[in-house]
Amino acid sequence: MRGNPQLEHVVRRMGFGATAQELSYFDDAPIQSVVNILLDYERVIDDPDAHIGDSAYVGVTTRGQFSPNTVINDARQRELFRMIHSLRPLQEKMALFWHNHFATAYSKVAGTVGGEHGTRLMAGKPSESPGGQRGQYQLFRDMATGNFRDLLAEVARDPAMVIWLDSRLNTRTRPQENFGREIMELFTMGVGNYTEADVVAAARVFTGFNIRVVGDRRSAATSYYEFIFNEGNHDTNAKEFTFPIYPDGGRTIPARPASQGLQDAADFINALARHPATANRLARKLFNYFVSELYEPDPEWISQLATVYLQNNFSIKAMLRHLFAQPYFLDPAAAFSRYAWPIEYVVRAIKETGYTGLSVDAAMTPLVNMGQQLFEPPDVNGWALGAEWFSTASMLARMNFAATLMSNQKFNLGREAQPYRQSPERILDYMLNRFEFAPMSGDVYQALRDYARGGSAWTGADAQVNNKAAGIARLIVASGEYQFN
Amino acid sequence: MQVSRRTFFRNGVAAFTVGFVAPRCISDIALAQGQSSRNLVVVYLSGGNDALSTLVPYRDAAYYSRRPTLAIPAANVIQIGRDSGGNELGLHPRLTGFKQIFDAGQLAIVQRTGYLNSSRSHFQGFDIYGTANPQSTQGTGWLGRYLDTLGSSNPLVGWNTSRETPRPLMARETGVPAITNPATYAFSSPNSGTEATLERTAATRITSHLPEDRPHLAFVNSQAQAALGTLDIVAQVASYRPAQAYPNNGFAQALQAVAGAMNKQVGTRVFWVQTGGYDTHASQGANQGAYVNLMGTLNDGVGAFYNDLNRQGLLDSTLILVFSEFGRRISENGSQGTDHGAAGLMMLLGGRVRGGLYGTAADLRQDNSNPTLENNAGDVRYETDFRSVYATIVDHWLGGNSLQILGGDFRAGAPAVL
Repeated sequence: MRGNPQLEHVVRRMGFGATAQELSYFDDAPIQSVVNILLDYERVIDDPDAHIGDSAYVGVTTRGQFSPNTVINDARQRELFRMIHSLRPLQEKMALFWHNHFATAYSKVAGTVGGEHGTRLMAGKPSESPGGQRGQYQLFRDMATGNFRDLLAEVARDPAMVIWLDSRLNTRTRPQENFGREIMELFTMGVGNYTEADVVAAARVFTGFNIRVVGDRRSAATSYYEFIFNEGNHDTNAKEFTFPIYPDGGRTIPARPASQGLQDAADFINALARHPATANRLARKLFNYFVSELYEPDPEWISQLATVYLQNNFSIKAMLRHLFAQPYFLDPAAAFSRYAWPIEYVVRAIKETGYTGLSVDAAMTPLVNMGQQLFEPPDVNGWALGAEWFSTASMLARMNFAATLMSNQKFNLGREAQPYRQSPERILDYMLNRFEFAPMSGDVYQALRDYARGGSAWTGADAQVNNKAAGIARLIVASGEYQFN
Repeated sequence: MQVSRRTFFRNGVAAFTVGFVAPRCISDIALAQGQSSRNLVVVYLSGGNDALSTLVPYRDAAYYSRRPTLAIPAANVIQIGRDSGGNELGLHPRLTGFKQIFDAGQLAIVQRTGYLNSSRSHFQGFDIYGTANPQSTQGTGWLGRYLDTLGSSNPLVGWNTSRETPRPLMARETGVPAITNPATYAFSSPNSGTEATLERTAATRITSHLPEDRPHLAFVNSQAQAALGTLDIVAQVASYRPAQAYPNNGFAQALQAVAGAMNKQVGTRVFWVQTGGYDTHASQGANQGAYVNLMGTLNDGVGAFYNDLNRQGLLDSTLILVFSEFGRRISENGSQGTDHGAAGLMMLLGGRVRGGLYGTAADLRQDNSNPTLENNAGDVRYETDFRSVYATIVDHWLGGNSLQILGGDFRAGAPAVL
């Protein structure tokens, strides 16, 4: 079964962990081959959606028809399903990364265009949507490891973003700063690299960005929203910045006719993508996501990653290829040195526990209580990561999700523990081998052993095995040691 | 009651924890704290509250000329008199409950609160209000530092009703539990009866493990431990049935939980409550729209809470502070909203508050030489340093030492609100 720490580490970092069966696929492959298979996922044919509803996979809960393109809770279930079952885990991992980076909340989008359109703008699958509309999350998936400048350009004109940061209200006569500010503060360079005057100029760059409905908006089944550039609302005057916009050092986007107004955004996004602070910020975020949050990276590592980004035409894939090849990536010190995001925690717990007869819907409310509801980040800054995931309320939610999961899987766990029914200690050892977690100290092990031995005298009867198997699994998955990735 | 404390700072990112031993019963805590101990309820309006819509300068012609669609008509505001500069001011029409408290002399409104070179970033601005240090957005918060000075063994000495620990509550030694809803704050199990009891015992043992050489694990365990250690007390708070009906929204329900904690005398000194949606870049509205709804939520929630406390005779031991991370731009934008600005306002409510209008309203004329404005006369310039309000609260309400807690002397120019 399990027992290859390096492989386990790689599948946790480049994905959401693995089932025992998935692990066996990699078996004796050299670790660099595993990394390459996971990294160059484009070669893997993958269609997880085809398995939704298949009893061999985790279930979804339908209320009437399963409608992941138009009902947000169904969209959330589909994304969790994909994270659990995708054969391209890195793609899912990066889609989630961008969802946090470009944090957009469904509630505001739906408040503007209604729930059905709102769901489609967040999560629509092009092949199932009118006009081939692509939801924002699908954009993140498509460009998961692509060119960051291109991603930024797509995000700027993504209809959900145009609603979320009010670009549709940003006009020549009344510039509106929401998007102009956040693209610098949160999406690229970070605070401290621009002035208030830059914010005003940035807002003017994006004047005229808007959306329009195609078809009859009252019919969500046939109509859809698309980006439109409203020339008449674009500010054609020159925009001056305090940092270079052009490679020659020029800081002014020239006045140009409205018909060429989109070039302003292209020039500006180019400048932001090329800014050294952007490269550094991305490098650091990727380090924290893929290596560790518990120790500071060597500054050299970050500057190397930033350099790879700048020398490879803003390629995220190039950064990742570099990162995954560094000794620090496989360093045993990096194991379990990240605080698991609630979604990472839930998906890995499901993969390691098993899911026959489980619906991902069971994780929906717990995820809210853990502080990470998909498509509903708290604000444009994304979720508060690291230690900030943890409070008494969120930790209680994690512990109680473990209880819900083990309650659901009690009979499966009990059945699989049957061969070890001779003693509670053997059941315990089996369960400890079944899950992956940070090293447990002796006193934790003793507490588990006392629990396994506790209660009525051991008979090994089915009911007793079921109870202890579920109880032990719950204690492991609810432990502090399991909250690290 | 035994308490073990650990402090860890690593890599500039601080983790904070306390090992809790739950008090045996409520009366224990009540004895330890003294039933009449004062508490502070901090209400954070998240997103940057448009102070000019909360407290309207309805005689200022520039207010109307700069806000053609957003200005609240003079006829609609709730007039509350003049400030010391002779400016006539009115509350937002939806703040009828606040008006009653104002008339009772228990609402102090401090105008133009802020600091030099106000940040227009939500996150930086909030952190600055949290650390009480415009030069630093990292480290402990002012409320956390205050709680640390208490050295209390009560695991509920602070109570955060939001899910994440906000910067102001971050402490070196005091862990503040996040209890969003007392009713769902319970421990579940895949088993029942004895097995479930054994499981809870085991979970408590497992999470009591706070290894000093693994501070991050210790931190996570401390959160679990704090949850397990407070379950029973919080269950009692959840049993609180107010005589006063509270609105059915998250903000009002959080305030009801606060009232319940006071009613059950759990000894909490600092409560944190927040309500969002104040980032009104668009469709802010004048007579209807987003801001009217925001004021409705604020007024109805605080109003119910205030009446509840009044009925219980708790107003004299309660101080409510309302604040936001910045005010908003004076001129409206093109989307019937307002962008990020500078100075805002703070409100203090309670039985011991010296009600009234503090500070002077800005002159909103768009003139670069206008000393009450900044950013090319785009934003309101601060008059009262927010830290002087903190200093007053620390020194004159909480019985702390503001010099120590705020890291400087901000007593000069503090409004005499207490």
